[in-house]
Order: sequence, then structure tokens, then C-alpha cells
Amino acid sequence: MGSEALAFYAFGAVAIAASLLVIAQRNPIYSVLLLIASFGALSGLYVLLDAPFVAVIQIIVYAGAIMVLFLFVVMLLNAPHEETEYDERVHPLLRPGPMRFGACLALVLAIELWWALARGVDTGAFPGGAVTSVAVIGRSLFTDYAFAFEVTSILILVAMVGAVVLARRDDPRERRKPGER
Amino acid sequence: MTPSMNAIVPMACVAAAGIAAMVAEAFREPGERMPIAGLGVVGLLGAAFATVLLWNHNASSFGVVSADNFGLFVTGTLIIVGLLSLGISGPTVEREKLPAGEYYALMLFATAGMMLMATATDLLVIFLALEVMSLAVYVLTGIRRDSPASSEAAFKYFLLGAFASAFFLYGIAFTYGLAGATRLDRIASLMAGQAASPTPMIYLALGLLIVGFGFKVAAVPFHMWTPDAYEGAPPAVTAFMSTGVKAAAFAAFVRVFLSAFEPLRGHWSEAIWMLAAATMILGTVVGVVQSNVKRMLAYSSIGHGGYLLVALVSGNDFGKGAVLFYLLTYAITNIGAFGVIALLETPDRKNDQVSDYAGLWNERPGLAALMTIFLLSLGGFPPMAGFIAKWYVFSAAVKAGYTGLAIIGVLTSVISVFFYLRIVVMMYMTPTDTPVQCPAIPKIAGLTLIVSAILIVYLGILPTRVLDWAAASISSIF
Amino acid sequence: MVTLNHYLILSAILFAIGTAGVFVRRNLITILLSIEIMLNAVNLTFVAFGRALGSADGQIIVFFVMTVAAAEAAVGLAIVISLFRHKESLNPDSFASLKW
Repeated sequence: MGSEALAFYAFGAVAIAASLLVIAQRNPIYSVLLLIASFGALSGLYVLLDAPFVAVIQIIVYAGAIMVLFLFVVMLLNAPHEETEYDERVHPLLRPGPMRFGACLALVLAIELWWALARGVDTGAFPGGAVTSVAVIGRSLFTDYAFAFEVTSILILVAMVGAVVLARRDDPRERRKPGER
Repeated sequence: MTPSMNAIVPMACVAAAGIAAMVAEAFREPGERMPIAGLGVVGLLGAAFATVLLWNHNASSFGVVSADNFGLFVTGTLIIVGLLSLGISGPTVEREKLPAGEYYALMLFATAGMMLMATATDLLVIFLALEVMSLAVYVLTGIRRDSPASSEAAFKYFLLGAFASAFFLYGIAFTYGLAGATRLDRIASLMAGQAASPTPMIYLALGLLIVGFGFKVAAVPFHMWTPDAYEGAPPAVTAFMSTGVKAAAFAAFVRVFLSAFEPLRGHWSEAIWMLAAATMILGTVVGVVQSNVKRMLAYSSIGHGGYLLVALVSGNDFGKGAVLFYLLTYAITNIGAFGVIALLETPDRKNDQVSDYAGLWNERPGLAALMTIFLLSLGGFPPMAGFIAKWYVFSAAVKAGYTGLAIIGVLTSVISVFFYLRIVVMMYMTPTDTPVQCPAIPKIAGLTLIVSAILIVYLGILPTRVLDWAAASISSIF
Repeated sequence: MVTLNHYLILSAILFAIGTAGVFVRRNLITILLSIEIMLNAVNLTFVAFGRALGSADGQIIVFFVMTVAAAEAAVGLAIVISLFRHKESLNPDSFASLKW
């Protein structure tokens, strides 16, 4: 077994194990921290795939920003927070109908994935000539994907306005005081 | 190289209006009344003007947005959805003390996302547009922050929406892996070569995309978010999302499946056939037992999604035109019906049970008459627009050889008449001691509803011109 | 030798774990985390396909997916916060809205 294969199995095992533990944890703080471990392993896999840029972004954006946001919210909501009846009631998928449907969907998905991937043609080794240069990625991002890039600006604006509207603390029935924003 | 910007002008107008609404809100003095919705109307009228100018020009921008007649017809529908939704939002925003600037800005951003979804010809851009639309609509669903039901509805909608997005994205990933691109034309040329012997991975991509779209158009069995979200959201938002989201999602659904995956039609038509049948049957049967008008209309809108799927699976020219015409009539009708519900709501009472409609004819004859028109159109009675639309869908199905689906469609329409008429009977013939106390009807909202009703009757009696437009739209891309 | 299929199967496993997480967990935060796992599985698929195709597109799409994930996380967490505001004041008997 080559060192690349060894690294792949090591990172893959960490990613799977950490992800499994994320959904097995009762304490959301551990879940968030384990997910960061899983993202770290994924980042290693991206390095193996000759995508160093994605590997770095994965750490900075996912582990550094998104997960920290999750941690903030968990703390804000006075975690560690065990599962309560409230969660159960709010969760739309736990009622009997959806639950059965979900189980079927997961089963179909698993069979489908296994069948499709097991019967897929053997792809062999990756070809040479991977794109590792950030310059190439950047150029493509701002030319071929320029429009998609602009769309994301609207997307982020919507997310920002939405998060502020929903999480703002003041009572909407009170008129806003001057200067308060 | 200066890429043409023409094709994105309509959605840019709407997005600009959204930004203007945000800025206006920022500069608004507390307590000052500002016609923020007016900014939205200006933006939408600008978009309408651009749409008319772009008609028949097949403009294309950046290689990923194509303002062909199909996209423009849906854009036009979305502009009508936007205008009517703004028109009926006033009373809700006032009564619930919603943050007006944010409310209208999110509604306009969502509309811009819907327009992009209807005109995009790249799976990645379709996905981004879907997210712009969805995020804005999730927030609008939960915008009544003092209402637990609203927050719960928003969470459910968000959870299932994000879940569906992940499936959709996984489908895009496999499509990308197969075709080496996300542009629909490149995918179509690859699929044409593979149609004879599709690999398992193609089935996987198709299945995942169908699940993703199925959630967005609320097809059974991916519909469970619909009744809760429609009931928990403010009625004006429900009017907006039950029509706009459906129109945009169906436009993208039709475009992706009838252009990029057209060569594989034999492989996906059966899956859609089953979705269509299940959606029509469940939407109707469960709708019959509802006692809450909003939930009833939610199941009714699920059922209408089934009729649209029938038109999609028929896939002939007749069927594609039927999708467009059906979307337009359904949008106007449903906004009208939810608009009436929005007007009947008071701060203390929701008045959304069927029994609350007893004796409405005596109290508010105008509202009762309007509601009757909307309900009859939803039920498919001539001479309302809903009749023509359904007739087109079913004849498309028969022409394409899907007689079974057409029969299921007709039967479920007949059953659905029962629950629409139940409300009508309640309004006219049931005496009540405690008539519903509804507030005075604001002029703009009332006018909006009257315009919707006139449009419905017009489309029902003189549909030829709009049907011609719909027919002209489909010839441009498929 | 590690091939494309290895990566695809790994990402399929991760996607399935995420899907299962959405269904089996009741904790709202953990459900959101499960959706993040699903999106990451998709990212791995994109990068692996991009590598196999020898193009930068896969990596660029991942960039957009991350943006979407961040936006979704922000809105999702805001919804969770607004839900928790009602948590204390709720009467568990008044849930009529959860009919099937």
C-alpha cells in the first residue's frame, strides 16, 4: 500500500468516524467540535486530490467561520442542551408518517448509491495535470463564473438581512427608537 | 469582450428595488410612514417593461442566463405574482407590525431569485438562484417573531428545504462528473450520446435531481413541509410562496428535464408519472378532511402541483404550453384566495377555520363574491381560468398517451370541487349568530383582489391571446 | 491505488451519515450539523470529479457551495434562536399546528 493510499484511508476513516460521532453525540458542543475534526480530515483529502486551495478554504471558512458561528449559537442558547420534548415536537420528521418515509428514503438512497457506485466503470488512477494553481482558479472565478459570483453577493445580502430580522432582540411591537439599528 | 447584460435586466431591476427598499428603511425616521412597497412596484414595472422589450429576442448573458420566451413568460408570471403580493401585503404588515423595509426587500430579492431560476441555463446558477429564493422565503415565513407557529413553520420549511438542496446539489455533482460541465446545453449533448445505454450514475443523478425538485414543488411524497409552512406563515407570504416558489421551481424543472435530460425521457417519465399520480390523489383526498382553510388550500396547492407534473410528463408542445398557462392562472387565483384570508385575519383572531366563513355573504358581500370566483377557478369551473388551464393539461396528457393520468386528474378535480364548494356553501347559505368581525378593507388590497378576479375571468373567457404567447414561448428553447 | 471510485464511495458514505443524522437526531443544532455533513460530502464529490476531469471547475463550484453553506447556516441558526425565544413561554397543550 502506497503512502497515498495509506493517507486516503487514514483521512477517510477519521472523516467517517468523526461524522458518525457528530450524530451520535447528545451534547451539541461535542458535535460541533467533532465536526471540525471531520472537516480537518476532509481538508487532508483535498490535499491528496491536488486541491490545496480548497483544503485551505475548508479550514478557514468551514472550521474557522461556520463552525464558530455554530459554537456561538450553542453557547448563546445555554447549551449543553439535551434533547427535549420541545425539539421533538418541532422536528417535522419525527412524526410517524415522515419517519417511515425517511427510513424508506434512506434505504433507497443507500441501495441506489451502492448499486450505482459498485457498478460504475472502474475509473482507474487520476490523470496527470491537476489544476493546483490559485491563479487559474481565480481567473476562472472572475471570468467564466463572474455572474454566479455576483449572484452570491445577493445571496449573502439576503442571508444577512434575514439573520438580522429573525434574531434581533427588540420587540417588533415596539417602535424603534432613534439611532437604534 | 463585453458580455451582453440584456438578459439579466428584469431581475436586476427587481434586485435594485430590493436594495432601494433596504436603504429607504435605513433612512426612515421612527414612526414615519414611507411607501416602501411603492419602490417594489416601480422595480417590478421596470422588469415588466424590460420583459416586453426582450420578448422574441432570445437575449443571453454570460452564457448562463437566457432570456428566451419561455423564461420571459415565467418572468412575466412572477412579475404579476410580485405585484399582487405587494398589493395584498399592506394590511398584514400594518397589523402584525412587521419590519416593512426588510419584509419588502426580502420579497423583492426572492422574486429576483425566482426570475433567475426561470431563466438560468446552468445548473450551478439555478442552484444559487434557488438558494436566494429559498433563504428569503424561509425568513419571510418566520418573520412574525412573536408567533411561535410562525417560527416553527420557518424551521420546518428551512430544514426540509436545506435537506432538499443537499440532494439537488448531489445530483448536480454527479451530472457534473458525467458531463464535465454544468451548462444545460453541454449536458444535453452528452446525454444524447448516452441515451441508448445509460450508466447507473446517470440514474443516480436523475433520481437526486428529481428528489430536489420534488421537494421544491411540493410533490408527494416530498410535501410534508407544505401544510405547516403555509399555515404558519403570514397569509400574504403564503400567497407569495405558494405561487412564486412553485412557478420558479416548475420553470427550472421543465427546463432541466425537457432540455438537458430530454434524451433520457424514457428513463425518467415513469418516475414523474408516479409522482404526479400520488400528488394529485393525496393532495385532494387529504384536502377534503381539513377544517382549516389555510391547510385546505395548502393541500389544494399540492394537488395543483400534481396537475402541473402531468403537463410536464406529457412533454409534448401542448404540455409545455399547458405548464406555462397553468402556472399563470394558478398563481393569480391562489394569490387571490390567500389575499381574502389575509384580509379576514384580525389581530385577535385568525379566522381561518372553515366555520369562520359562515355568513360572510351577509357581512362582506364583496369579499364573499371574490372568494367565490377564486375558489371556483381553483376547482376548475367554467368560465374561470382554472377550467381552461385544467382542460389544456388533461388534453395534453391524452395526446401524449397518458390517458390514465388524465383520468386520475379528472377524478381528483371532481373530488376537489367538494372542498372548494364547502366554503362557498358556508359563505352563502349557513346562517350564524357570530358573524366574522373583519376589519375595514384597505383600498389597495381590495383593488388588488378585484384585479386578480378580473384577470381570472378574462383568462377564462378570452384565453386565446395568452395561450398563443405560451405556445410561442415553448418553441424558442425546446 | 486510490481511484475516483474510492472518493465517490467515501462521499456517499458521508452523505448517508448526514441524511441519517437529519432523521435520527432531535436536537435542532445537530440536525443543522447533519446538513453541513451532507454539503461537505457533496463538496468532496465535486473536487474528486474535478480532479478526474482535470479541470478547475470542481474546485470553483466548491467555493460557491461553501458560500451557500455559510448563508444557510446563518439563516438556520437565526431561525433556531427565534424558536428558542418562544421555548419558555410555550404551553405544550396548545400545539394544534402539528397535525399530519
